[in-house]
Amino acid sequence: MHAATYHRPTTLSQAQALHLASADAAYLSGGHTLLPTMKLRLAAPDDLIDLRAIPDLHGIRQQGAHLIIGAATCHADVAASDIVRDAIPALAGLAGSIGDRQVRHVGTIGGSVANNDPAADYPAAVLGLGAEIRTDRRTIAADDYFAGLYTTMLEPGEIIQEIAFPTDRQAGYAKLRNPASRYALAAAMVSQGRDGGMRVAITGAGADGVFRWAQAEAALSTCFDVHSLADLRPDPETLMSDMHASAAYRADLVAAMTRRAVAALGGVRID
Amino acid sequence: MPMVSITVNGTTRQVDVGGSTLLVQLLRDTLGLTGTHVGCDTTQCGACTVIMDGRAVKSCTVLAAAVDGSAVQTVEGLADGDALHPLQTAFHEHHALQCGFCTPGMLMASLDLIRATGGTLDEAAVRHGLEGNLCRCTGYHNIIKAVLAEAARHRAALAD
Repeated sequence: MHAATYHRPTTLSQAQALHLASADAAYLSGGHTLLPTMKLRLAAPDDLIDLRAIPDLHGIRQQGAHLIIGAATCHADVAASDIVRDAIPALAGLAGSIGDRQVRHVGTIGGSVANNDPAADYPAAVLGLGAEIRTDRRTIAADDYFAGLYTTMLEPGEIIQEIAFPTDRQAGYAKLRNPASRYALAAAMVSQGRDGGMRVAITGAGADGVFRWAQAEAALSTCFDVHSLADLRPDPETLMSDMHASAAYRADLVAAMTRRAVAALGGVRID
Repeated sequence: MPMVSITVNGTTRQVDVGGSTLLVQLLRDTLGLTGTHVGCDTTQCGACTVIMDGRAVKSCTVLAAAVDGSAVQTVEGLADGDALHPLQTAFHEHHALQCGFCTPGMLMASLDLIRATGGTLDEAAVRHGLEGNLCRCTGYHNIIKAVLAEAARHRAALAD
């Protein structure tokens, strides 16, 4: 790997100062995307700023109508948290389905959301539940946050501090995993608000990364039932096509995963 | 280069590491503990699994500098002299290895799983728990048998 200088700040202001002082810095959390990317020489930062020793980025709590998860919380801790399991069981189930056991011990929610991999799980949770991304500078609504493959509205040097999920929604998550990589070939997070507001977020399939499937939201708003989705299928033109699955196959998978997520409301179905 | 303090198999050491040195490189190249294997180097195969602060991790995707102050257990830390760890004995008895390349990672991932669950595991839970470990000899059946045997022993020992 490219030689880099490692830093472990213990406050947000130290992390910000290190980033400002470096010509080419990368924030590091679990590193389960960044380190493989560095091995492939697709990234070669001079400075690695490890955010995990900053207490402000840790912790899981219920506050008012939100479940708040610190950005440096690893997937295993989200999956095992009684607070998460009680508030949004589908989110705990989603976290417990990421990668494998060892990966879940290290990878973090903040890292996943900052990276916005088109096949990652957390972007679907954030968009499908209508979460807020709270950074060291501002709060960004999920609908304004994702900006295409591996791209977000985060500015250079901006740090995700925590993610706030509304807890007044019923949610279900369904995923078909690629058996080799364990990433989603297609997955759907469906949630219904007390006011009837519907959100359907799809990951693993979109040509531009995670997206809301408006047609399915409209159908479920009319009648929240699996049968409302019977004839729906997203336009394959908007979907990814690669060695793992064609866009047409992914369109079928998206439809199937959305139906399964509705059926799994209050939990998850992982295949 | 940063100096890290790392406790490996009960012995604390101070080591100079580069900012982009990986934990597996520290273990194998600096400390000479070559029982931890590098299979894929891409976080897929699990051959490099070690237990860090009580949790199984893939040491090819952990920075050495980030383990400062941590305790790491590797496969070398299992046996007590010539006496195998009960999990190693179970692997031996159930013929849970063929070429042996994945074995160190299988052992450390299994140990983590058994400890975390108190040995309350069935076949599906073991298969799920070891998803991050690949055996290219495809010797999974006997690995599962060995882990279930040790899980049962561990559970019984806890009950005593």
